[in-house]
Amino acid sequence: MIVQDTTTLQSTDATMSGMPADSVGLVTPQKAHFDTPLPLACGRTLPSYDLVYETYGELNDDRSNAVLICHALSGHHHAAGYHHKDDRKPGWWDAHIGPGKSIDTNRFFVVSLNNLGGCHGSTGPCSIDPETGREWGPDFPMMTVTDWVHSQAKLADLLGIERFAAVVGGSLGGMQVMQWSLAYPERIANAVVIAATPKLSAQNIAFNEVARQAIRSDPEFHGGRYHEHGALPRRGLKLARMVGHITYLSEDAMGYKFGRDLREDNFHFGYDVEFQVESYLRYQGDTFSTSFDANTYLLMTKVLDYFDPAAVHGGDLATALEPACCPFLVISFSSDWRFPPSRSEELVDALMQAGKSVSYARIESPHGHDAFLLPEPRYQAVFSAFMERVARDLCLEASH
Amino acid sequence: MRSDLVLIHEWVPAGAHILDLGCGDGELLDTLAREKNVSGYGLEIDPEGITACIARGINVIEQNLDQGLANFDDNAYDLVIMTQALQALRRPDLMLDEMLRVAEECIITFPNFAYWRHRAHLGFKGYMPVSKSLPYAWYDTPNIHLSTFNDFEQLCRQKGLIIRDQAVGNGDHEGHWTARLWPNLFGETAVFRIGRRAA
Repeated sequence: MIVQDTTTLQSTDATMSGMPADSVGLVTPQKAHFDTPLPLACGRTLPSYDLVYETYGELNDDRSNAVLICHALSGHHHAAGYHHKDDRKPGWWDAHIGPGKSIDTNRFFVVSLNNLGGCHGSTGPCSIDPETGREWGPDFPMMTVTDWVHSQAKLADLLGIERFAAVVGGSLGGMQVMQWSLAYPERIANAVVIAATPKLSAQNIAFNEVARQAIRSDPEFHGGRYHEHGALPRRGLKLARMVGHITYLSEDAMGYKFGRDLREDNFHFGYDVEFQVESYLRYQGDTFSTSFDANTYLLMTKVLDYFDPAAVHGGDLATALEPACCPFLVISFSSDWRFPPSRSEELVDALMQAGKSVSYARIESPHGHDAFLLPEPRYQAVFSAFMERVARDLCLEASH
Repeated sequence: MRSDLVLIHEWVPAGAHILDLGCGDGELLDTLAREKNVSGYGLEIDPEGITACIARGINVIEQNLDQGLANFDDNAYDLVIMTQALQALRRPDLMLDEMLRVAEECIITFPNFAYWRHRAHLGFKGYMPVSKSLPYAWYDTPNIHLSTFNDFEQLCRQKGLIIRDQAVGNGDHEGHWTARLWPNLFGETAVFRIGRRAA
């Protein structure tokens, strides 16, 4: 049985509330509860679960204009708009979702959720295990991209969406898009895979392992039961985020932003913050360590590590992609060294080998992996051109 | 449609799986997909061309042709087409080998530098030719390997390739008997259909 939260979405006219005109305005997250157990790749079953999500735009009468947004490692359901009038920042992908933007909410009905295992309202390590009455913590079942995609399909069922006009995601989100095209080929009309990879490299896994060790070796981690000890592994999570952050930026972007700039004029010949880049990383780490759950972070990095749809086909990605039947748009960024263009090209080559419909753009950008989150004219042009074609093929009219 | 594209249209077999190197805004692939039911991909590096292809729903891959076609398997395609791009490549001869590795047949078009107007431009005026098919000034042209109808024919013979068709397009003499008789002189655009060397 599916019970939908009664909270209704309030999307107000953005301009009325002093928000940018191309914003989706004020949005309210919703929560869907699922009582049908979800069997997981790890062999365990999630007896029941909640998914928190937001929607932007309006679902049309034949329910053909829905776009699913899949989030990345530290992402969540709040992809666009504002929760409160005085929010400093909009959702994490506001640059690309809104009226007139690449994912034009005048045409599309956008669904963005927090994945299972997350820490923003969907069932995850911070939720209560109904069998024990205790917080799941480290006992929360290990997730995979495949599990997420199945849970997302359940949410689509609930919303009455038989087939998404497009499933879209960057980084780890892009992996979910790939999996959608394989697990539910008949339910995805178009796939947009941005700054992603068909599998992590040894170096990617190595960075993830450093992040995990940083968290797990924090004395405040308590084997993942930190909440029960009234503790938080802040230092570990901070270190994990600092390492991660280095991989999200390019060397050039860091050089341009900070160079060797000092906070004060002279060296102090000590270990306190001296260089601006140190200050920046510590700030990023500190902020993250109090706003994100350590068990969720551990879990998300494992989800990344496990993803490899070609593995069961002897590493042959083209064979693995056989079930896919939707057109793909693949986008990479020149200075991304976490998932560099060559990783996207692996996917593109395999798609061509399998005879699938695919277009690929390699966007010049100095911003490293983070470029997928930012507005950049050529990125927006390519993304918009694809989404406009999607709308045209589905005969979607602009609603405003 | 550009007249070299009209010629190509006739030569492309229906339902072929093709690769269009330097596909521009995707016009040729679009027409061939609609009228001849071809499948395949265009390769392009120009951002505007890529966006135009995506907008019209043509499969386009951002790829620099000077880096070769190593990401394509032998015989993966029925036909490789390259229109008005050969002269801009670093090594047209190596690209020809690559094209005929990926497909058994290729169609190539390029501006014929020996076209009489080009000759007149250089011979009488003493300036590098600027024309409809060579619209650039000498200092900003992407065309770094200009050649003639005869040059290309010679290269094919040296490589032992089979010239299945050759024609000229564009210019005042299109379809005229003079262009058929003296393509090197009266053809503004050279159009070749080449097959792999006989076994």
